[in-house]
Amino acid sequence: MQVYADNAATTKISAAALGAMMPCYEKFYGNPSSLHTVGQEAKEVLEDCRSRMAKLLGCDAREVYFTSGGSEADNQAIISAARLGERKGKKHIISTAFEHHAVLHTLNRLEKEGFEVTLLDVKENHNITARQVKEAIREDTCLVTVMYANNEIGSVLPIAEIGEICKEAGVPFHTDAVQAVGHIAIDVKAQNIDMLSLSAHKFHGPKGVGALYCRRGLALTNVIDGGAQERGKRAGTENLPGICGMVAALEEACAHLEENTAKVTALRDKLIAGLSQIPHCDLNGDRVNRLPGNVSFCFEGIEGEALLLYLDMEGVCASSGSACTSGSLDPSHVLLAIGRVHDVAHGSLRLSLCEYNTEEEIDHILTVVPQVVERLRNMSPVWRDLQSGKREYIL
Amino acid sequence: MALYSEKVMDHFKNPRNVGVIDNADGVGEVGNAKCGDIMKIYLKIENNIIEDVKFETFGCGSAIASSSMATEMIKGKSIFEAMELTNRAVAEALDGLPAAKLHCSVLAEEAIKKALKDYFDRNNIPYDKKQFPDCENCQHCH
Repeated sequence: MQVYADNAATTKISAAALGAMMPCYEKFYGNPSSLHTVGQEAKEVLEDCRSRMAKLLGCDAREVYFTSGGSEADNQAIISAARLGERKGKKHIISTAFEHHAVLHTLNRLEKEGFEVTLLDVKENHNITARQVKEAIREDTCLVTVMYANNEIGSVLPIAEIGEICKEAGVPFHTDAVQAVGHIAIDVKAQNIDMLSLSAHKFHGPKGVGALYCRRGLALTNVIDGGAQERGKRAGTENLPGICGMVAALEEACAHLEENTAKVTALRDKLIAGLSQIPHCDLNGDRVNRLPGNVSFCFEGIEGEALLLYLDMEGVCASSGSACTSGSLDPSHVLLAIGRVHDVAHGSLRLSLCEYNTEEEIDHILTVVPQVVERLRNMSPVWRDLQSGKREYIL
Repeated sequence: MALYSEKVMDHFKNPRNVGVIDNADGVGEVGNAKCGDIMKIYLKIENNIIEDVKFETFGCGSAIASSSMATEMIKGKSIFEAMELTNRAVAEALDGLPAAKLHCSVLAEEAIKKALKDYFDRNNIPYDKKQFPDCENCQHCH
């Protein structure tokens, strides 16, 4: 049995999305910037997609900018707010310690330019409160950028409350909603969101395409210079097949949001309950405000990459925040930010579900994970020391 | 999976010599849990021959495979031959390791040397200290 449980990494494209892309290769292959009929037909398709995307987000079509994905949208949103801020002498940015690297690394770049960044602590409930944001806002704050939901541990942040606080304070508010769009109901106007990043492949759309919503009145700074596409704010011939696939996927996701949420949440809760039975493990992330598909655990005494490889042999595709999977000596910054010590953070496992997963698949995961954890513990000197009392259990 | 060679995957799937030797003649542990790798080697030595060797490893796939391969390479050999084992030989025997994982083979060599040093110390056998890694002062994990 092959179980794909890595939907936070990427999802399988939906039939609706794939179906919507094909005409762009076969019929609407023109360049939307071309004046001729074939180009103008493509332009019509593009603008139709923009209107439909706007409707799904609760904004105006002129506020939607298509990008190459979530990272680009995050970069552009943050850089734009920073440029607007520094013109007014405001060079302070508020974010969280467990943001995606697309946000954190952009903030690092700005820090080198002299910006000051406050990263809100996420240890309490593995989340932040709107109050923390309120207390961090200063006279010179030019941006609050807070993710909608965390990709590794599934915590869903109090976005509407933060939006209200930012609106009152007159501070632009950006949210990296890559993990939330298509999984949680979003209305940018009702939630007072000024900028929002999204990525198609996280909701059964194609890879390499995303969007940035930017409230009218907030001027974007280009991160890609060139032609006048996207109202001069993002150069490069539009990825029309990708955009069509993205919009079709999001329409489908939003149309089935309630039933998908109910189904996936039930699978998630069954998985969490089952894995919690394994001794000396702990759930990562907010237990209440949580993405429907996220299951994230730390298991004491084992290392995550070995866990993933054994699970893969049993047909389970998952991910981990261990150092060996992060490509550095340190485990995931998210796990460290929520207060996991290195020893424990190395033994993390993330299973991210979607509506394509079945109850039988959850049963399979629940059969193999305890076996693999036990197998690794049985060859681990750390586990032996824990059991003999030479080392103290953390979890 | 293309991340590792078939040899690595074979030793990872079916690790040789996993376990503990009670009353071992030499024991060596290297690495630490903070950086995600710990290897522990147990040796049974008779007449300068490594009669038995077992390992325990907390670490990634290549750490487990490196321990397994290294124990196989020294089992039945003399302690003098075992002293000659290099991390490069372990990595080569595994048909190579990804660059980021070469330290796993280093740990395997160091764990074996540390177990041998333990044996020499216990039996008052003189040795040249330079032959052994200085694990306590190594910067690898700190």
